[in-house]
Amino acid sequence: MTAPALEIVHLVKHFGGIPATQDVSLKIMPGERRLIIGPNGAGKTTLFNQITGDFRPTSGKILLFGQDVTRLTPHARAHLGLSRTYQIITLFPQDSVAHNVVLGLMGLKGARWNMFRPLGFYAELHAEARHMLDRVGLGALAEARVGEIAYGQKRRLEIAMALAQKPRLLLLDEPLAGLSSEERATIKQLIAAIPRDTTVIMIEHDMDTALDLAETVTLLHYGRVLVDGPRDAVIADPKTREVYLGH
Amino acid sequence: MRTVLLLLTAVVLASLPLFAGTFYINLASQILIAAIFALSLNLLVGYAGLTSLGHASFLGFAAYASAWASTNLGLGFAPAALLSITTTTLMAACFGLIALRATGLGFLMITLALSQVLWGLAYRWASLTNGDNGLTLAGRPAPFGIALDGAGAYYWFTLAVFAAAFTLMAVFVSSAFGSALKGTRDQPRRMAALGYNVWLIRWITFVYAGFWGGVAGLLYVYYHRYIHPTSLSITTSAEGLLGVIAGGSGTLGGPVIGAGLLVLLKNYASAYIERWNMLLGFVFLFIVLVIPEGIVPGVRRLLSRKGSGKP
Ligand SMILES: Nc1ncnc2c1ncn2[C@@H]1O[C@H](COP(=O)(O)OP(=O)(O)OP(=O)(O)O)[C@@H](O)[C@H]1O
Ligand SMILES: [Mg+2]
Repeated sequence: MTAPALEIVHLVKHFGGIPATQDVSLKIMPGERRLIIGPNGAGKTTLFNQITGDFRPTSGKILLFGQDVTRLTPHARAHLGLSRTYQIITLFPQDSVAHNVVLGLMGLKGARWNMFRPLGFYAELHAEARHMLDRVGLGALAEARVGEIAYGQKRRLEIAMALAQKPRLLLLDEPLAGLSSEERATIKQLIAAIPRDTTVIMIEHDMDTALDLAETVTLLHYGRVLVDGPRDAVIADPKTREVYLGH
Repeated sequence: MRTVLLLLTAVVLASLPLFAGTFYINLASQILIAAIFALSLNLLVGYAGLTSLGHASFLGFAAYASAWASTNLGLGFAPAALLSITTTTLMAACFGLIALRATGLGFLMITLALSQVLWGLAYRWASLTNGDNGLTLAGRPAPFGIALDGAGAYYWFTLAVFAAAFTLMAVFVSSAFGSALKGTRDQPRRMAALGYNVWLIRWITFVYAGFWGGVAGLLYVYYHRYIHPTSLSITTSAEGLLGVIAGGSGTLGGPVIGAGLLVLLKNYASAYIERWNMLLGFVFLFIVLVIPEGIVPGVRRLLSRKGSGKP
């Protein structure tokens, strides 16, 4: 039996007494496409931040591919094959689009410790970054400064940086937030094309787009898992209608 | 254009003792030493985003260590220098462990506190440091039998070390590691998520900066043939920081220009004005208000504006 890509066991997180995650247990199998939904402030991003190691849970356990990572640093988890994007765009605005992807690529390579070889000499890294940018349709903007490209392009760059790392588990935090319908369609294609050896967990509010990408859905409410299961069963559940789809 | 300018600068710097008087040669040596110090501090301030107010620790400690090893242990210059640089780098490794528990203001306060401890020790531990009287070196080193006692000879020695320091630090910041370092300055959380050990990157940079601060300290004590606790004071650290910020932090030319300006002001102004520190304050206030990004980036911006024909 293969271990789940991600297993969360009785996870609890309090922010100074205020609960943001309350006894969450989840199991996500390799290759799965999981959508996490829930009202604003339900604790979706907080859950991601605990999976990545940005936040230490108050109690509970997190396992990546069968390995207990609860006490592991964020960078160590990245080396286990975990990548993420941010709800609030977190890029390097002073640098070029290509440089952002190169930083993503280099994070998992030994080259990042080399103090004597100029970054410009790593031709293969730059070629790989170009290739990635072509894939997400940003090839023409490779040399543009990130601070000067459009919002929708930044969203694509967020995904490109994560995908460049060839993650085994990819966390997407509202990849469609603030995009026009055409832009949403592009990102949707991009996510649909992610190979099956990458497990994808996505937080998204745009049901029309996101549901097509999901196989399983988890509904969070006040930090608790309210409904969890195959997509259609979760959608049909009256609790889902009540707390989420209703408004 | 840039290459021509660089070559011209190199030729002028290398031939300076052939046409300049002793006063100016010595001034140039002091500028080069201050520039190495500022460049090393800039690794932290400009490239790691960690503002230190205790960088004099490394300059002062290295200077004391080599002077002490020469006078008290009777070591030759080379072994004394080796001992001094090794212990300074080790000290930087320890200081880094303590200071990097914080960033921002916390980091600044810890670096300041650590350097104040050293400063206090230099005054109080007189059996080791000779207290307020300072330590005097018998002379300057003579590498490969070449005496460095003359102003010109010492200038050339300093210039050679400066060239090596500048080149190695330039390579450091443009390397793969240097790019990662800049990433941790701009977006530390993202860098960690990408797989970078942000803490370790900062610590390595801290140690490297300490090493070059120590090199500046060696040149400093050879130049003056003397070391006093003031070299460990907050004034020395603050002057280095002013040089970095005025010249332009996060650039390679900035700290050199800033350090040069500082040494010149200090030497000229102090001859005419008693409260030269006040003048220094005004000059830097002017720079910070008019070109907050520093001289080098400011001039670059002005030039590019002219070049592109925009108003
Ligand atoms: N760093 C923090 N410190 C204190 N409270 C926090 C912190 N981060 C999140 N919270 C709180 O935890 C709760 C869950 O926030 P979270 O950002 O996880 O919600 P979310 O489900 O992602 O919402 P949204 O759909 O708006 O993104 C909120 O009440 C929020 O105020
Ligand atoms: Mg959120």
